[in-house]
Amino acid sequence: MYQVVFSQGKQIYVISELVALVCFKVVGEFWNLFQIGMFFRNSAEAVIMNSACIFKGLGFSPPAHSHNDWIGPPDKHSNLRPVIFYVPPEESPLERRLREARQEAQACDQRFWARHNRTFRQEKEEFIYSRLKAKGVEMRDETGQKATLNVEEMADFYKDFLSKNFRKHMEYNRDWYKRNFTITFLMGQVALARALRWLRWKKKKVGN
Amino acid sequence: MSAARRCGPPRALAGLFVWHLKNTGIRQVPCQFVHLCRVANNRLITFQYFNFLKRMYVTQYNKDLSQRAKPKSDSVASPFCDLQQLDQEKKVIHKIRPISPVHQPLSKTSNRNELREMKSAAETEDSVTRVRAESKEDRQWKEMKLRLDDLPGILARLSKIKLTALVVSTASAGFAMAPVPFDPTCFLLASLGTGLASCAANSINQFFEVPFDSNMNRTKNRPLVRGQISPLLAVCFAASCGVPGITLLTLGVNPLTGALGAFNIFLYTCCYTPMKRMSIANTWVGAVVGAIPPVMGWTAATGSLDAGALLLGGILYSWQFPHFNALSWGLREDYSRGGYCMMSVTHPGLCRRVALRHCLALIGLSTVAPVLDITTWTFPIISLPINLYISYLGFRFYRDADRSSSRKLFFCSLWHLPMLLLVMFTCKKSFLEKEDKGDPLGESHGRAMEIRLP
Repeated sequence: MYQVVFSQGKQIYVISELVALVCFKVVGEFWNLFQIGMFFRNSAEAVIMNSACIFKGLGFSPPAHSHNDWIGPPDKHSNLRPVIFYVPPEESPLERRLREARQEAQACDQRFWARHNRTFRQEKEEFIYSRLKAKGVEMRDETGQKATLNVEEMADFYKDFLSKNFRKHMEYNRDWYKRNFTITFLMGQVALARALRWLRWKKKKVGN
Repeated sequence: MSAARRCGPPRALAGLFVWHLKNTGIRQVPCQFVHLCRVANNRLITFQYFNFLKRMYVTQYNKDLSQRAKPKSDSVASPFCDLQQLDQEKKVIHKIRPISPVHQPLSKTSNRNELREMKSAAETEDSVTRVRAESKEDRQWKEMKLRLDDLPGILARLSKIKLTALVVSTASAGFAMAPVPFDPTCFLLASLGTGLASCAANSINQFFEVPFDSNMNRTKNRPLVRGQISPLLAVCFAASCGVPGITLLTLGVNPLTGALGAFNIFLYTCCYTPMKRMSIANTWVGAVVGAIPPVMGWTAATGSLDAGALLLGGILYSWQFPHFNALSWGLREDYSRGGYCMMSVTHPGLCRRVALRHCLALIGLSTVAPVLDITTWTFPIISLPINLYISYLGFRFYRDADRSSSRKLFFCSLWHLPMLLLVMFTCKKSFLEKEDKGDPLGESHGRAMEIRLP
């Protein structure tokens, strides 16, 4: 019985050892999975980000091997050039903050200028139409060409438009200066962090 | 013919080829095409379109329109293909090439077939042009990577190098007009310092104005707008030009010139640039910014702020108005849309009045120059024709207020200033003469000799 107990104890010991081993392995596996998950989250984000630009109507995705941002042709409405930001797999929180700030700034600028330019075009058309009507001229002449006013006649419209949008421009200016300084400052911090990281890596390499 | 049936509409051309060649009795080539279709079937649609782009190069081969795949001329990495696909395309090209010589000894059936091919080519042309337009737009996307061999050009455009050169030349004119012996070292240091300060100021100006520059035709090709350089690099460049420039002026020339340089940078970047969007007074501030470099040149030579320095500054100040007001007359639409507060948009009458006023002031200032002993009396006489001409153009601009008169005034101002400064320099009152005049006794000769020796 002693021996049976002992052997049973050994069995229990072995079983408990096995259980502990399995537990460790499972935890280890979960940790690996977690790390892999984080990596995939970043890469998935990158893929989503890149595919999102196709959905956003940009219709372009940078080549997979590129590690830089890509800048495109000027937008039809806002005349600003869209940027597709590169998301590195090991993006630090600071770099993430910079990228998000730049994305937000780009979105804000795009919204403002697209709306502003559209308003300008619409109001210009209305002004031309009303002036031509007052003059008694048709919108299109015999050749089918659109009738326009010359610059001197448009001067009233330009003056009016500028004074109407003065406050809007003041607010946009203030925001733009703030965003510009923040982004440039963040860029400086990121550049500094990268430089320090490179120096540390260099020192380690030299040390080895 | 099963190959043709298996291929879809965009592959109709390949199918037609097969049919055509079968008619002419060439058996071994269709097998290659069948293989091509099969190969193409397994690939993504993008590859197939790209393949089509290659096949659509119709070339004239001995007065016979035949299709021959031409390899793509530019080797820039297109967004569509990566290296793997390029290799596959190369392989495909070799398969297509042996076909074209076959077209030579064709019978009348071949003409009909070619017509049919061209018709289907026209149909697929639409889809191909769409794809081509898309790939053309894709080519406009640029990687934001700084290349070292592009850097000098980018920095030149960032610092507005031509404007900087003009500023340096006005500063050297100020230096040359100063009634002291010419010191080449001091001259070079002053010019270099002024140039560096101007580069710094221009870079910061561009850094502040990116979205506004994008929306104006005149400025939409600047480096920061096009993303050729990052804002951080622009600021670093400005700092690396401004700090050495001002230090050079302060330590290498004299503290007064350094202070003027620093003040000018501050005035341009922190006063003029934001004020452009707030009030029309920016034009007057900008005129002061333009007037300071010759004053800097004068103080670099003499070390003090004399009446002569102020007169030179006054001439440049007055010149800015006809120059800038005439320029801004043609940019009213862009200024209005961009939100810039300029006289030409908000107060057009004032704009023209001020331009004329300052053209006439130039005549007055040229007359004051000999009174202050800077030049001889020949200067107002010789400069009268050019001053009268610019005043006449200013008057025409005031009266007509149209595009042609504004352009004439602007272009006149571009040659008027260099010529005026040149005439001023040639009429400069030699300081030896001044010494003689000041001291009627003979001892002045000895002193003059002393001064002449280096």
